[in-house]
Amino acid sequence: MSAETLSPRQRTIGRVGAPVLVGVLGLLLWQLMVGVFGVSSYLLPAPTAIFAEANRASAHIWNGALITGWNALAGLIVGTLLGVVFAACAAASKSVNAMVNPLVAALAVIPIVALAPILNTMFGSTQFPRQAIAGLASFVPVFVSTLRGLRQVDPELRDLMHTYAVSPVQTFFTVTLPTAVPYVFTGVRLASSLAVISALVAEYFGGPRGGLGGIISTAAASSQYPRAWAYVLASIAVGLVFYLTTMLLEWLANRSRSTASG
Amino acid sequence: MTDPTPNGESSASGAKAAETRPRAERGSPAGGTNTAAVDAAHVDKVFATSSGEVHALSDVSLTVAPGEFVSLIGPSGCGKSTLMRLIADLDSPSTGELSVFGKTPDRARRDQDYGIAFQKAGLLPWRTVADNVGLPLQLHKAPASQRKARVAELLEMVGLSDFSGHYPDQLSGGMQQRVAIARALAEKPRMLLMDEPFGALDEMTRERMQTELLRICAETGAAVVFVTHSIPEAVYLSDRVVVMSPRPGRIAEVIDMELADSSQRSDALREDSSYFDMITAVRESLHGGSSASRGVETR
Repeated sequence: MSAETLSPRQRTIGRVGAPVLVGVLGLLLWQLMVGVFGVSSYLLPAPTAIFAEANRASAHIWNGALITGWNALAGLIVGTLLGVVFAACAAASKSVNAMVNPLVAALAVIPIVALAPILNTMFGSTQFPRQAIAGLASFVPVFVSTLRGLRQVDPELRDLMHTYAVSPVQTFFTVTLPTAVPYVFTGVRLASSLAVISALVAEYFGGPRGGLGGIISTAAASSQYPRAWAYVLASIAVGLVFYLTTMLLEWLANRSRSTASG
Repeated sequence: MTDPTPNGESSASGAKAAETRPRAERGSPAGGTNTAAVDAAHVDKVFATSSGEVHALSDVSLTVAPGEFVSLIGPSGCGKSTLMRLIADLDSPSTGELSVFGKTPDRARRDQDYGIAFQKAGLLPWRTVADNVGLPLQLHKAPASQRKARVAELLEMVGLSDFSGHYPDQLSGGMQQRVAIARALAEKPRMLLMDEPFGALDEMTRERMQTELLRICAETGAAVVFVTHSIPEAVYLSDRVVVMSPRPGRIAEVIDMELADSSQRSDALREDSSYFDMITAVRESLHGGSSASRGVETR
């Protein structure tokens, strides 16, 4: 059965069906291991127990997802705006580029676990430290990707804009930024997962309760594993929502380009 | 019309003057003075590269009259594109004097005295054909209604009225170049600068575009500086062909095309013996009298 013998429809079914099948089989195996082979439910709760807990605490989980999701979103938006602005400055001036690049390299290697406790102490019981950390994590991929995009401008278009005798600002908005847009959205997609992970992990280090990360750490600390896993499940869902949304945005940004390219 | 003068005679003569103006403009624009479209005197251009200085242009002197069609032809590295870039103020001469319509190239660029078209059409892929043509007008803040009218007029001129809503990548190479030419004409420039605009097109499209270009030039009365490395193309289009030679780039010869006026030419000329005589003249000049090819396309 080679791929060529399948119709496109069959291939679509295969593409969607295969991972679903693997997932269901995995869950069954997991359930079997816990139920039949007697792996302690203390070590590994059964999927049924996790789903039951998720169902029971759905209101709390929804609330926690909103808090963490909002922190990640605020960070992602601010980080993206800063990333685009800094990249525009770096693309416009060699000296700004030389100043900003080491800073970005430093930001890229800051471990969230190191920064979170410090910011939590500095800003106390607000959501700000989480949003700031999500913002920092988002900034780096957006900056790197956007800067790359801003440098893709066709030299012929640059010459053309010069012959029109227009301002650098007009050139930026007419030619440079539109060229970079698909790159910006690739950066945003990469940043989206980082923003969610950062917002979650930042909650492990104190500050106001209620977010998914905070509850996971409390539940795990008090050995309420089905509860912890239920919140992990919700975290995955939040991460997926972010990733899929930004992927959709990226697709839309490229699609307006590809209607442009027939 | 704006002046409701009772003197019928003066308004009639005014209308007559307006009628004849395009013709007069071809011969002597800018208020009757005979200012050359391009006047280059002893222009040198030296590029500093990592492997030393490159003498791109040496002692180039050239005058292009208003409304005149001048081609620059020569092998790669003869500086023909460099010369065009100097006129367009995309680079500046190292030494020598260069004026465009009696002004510095910088001033002429700011006044939008010329329109430019490159080998790659250089269209913005995220803008429709109409928005590409209207780009210079939009950037120079022309009123929207005026812009729309001008874009419609230009698309009509290049025969693309039905494609105003299309995106560049939905068009063929020849159509893209026509959009680029329409865009270059948007500000009603007195000169067109064209750097191998048909270089990437197939032979048949190329010949059709050449005939269309002659028609458009006759309609607008603009001077043209046309960079090419095709001898027949240069001969077919030009009033004068400037033959350049490389290392350092300089003008070897300027050949007058002893053919019909460029506005009267048609495809029939391509089979005329005078046309072949001119092709021979340009070829011999390019090869410096010898028959050895020096990388110039003879098609």
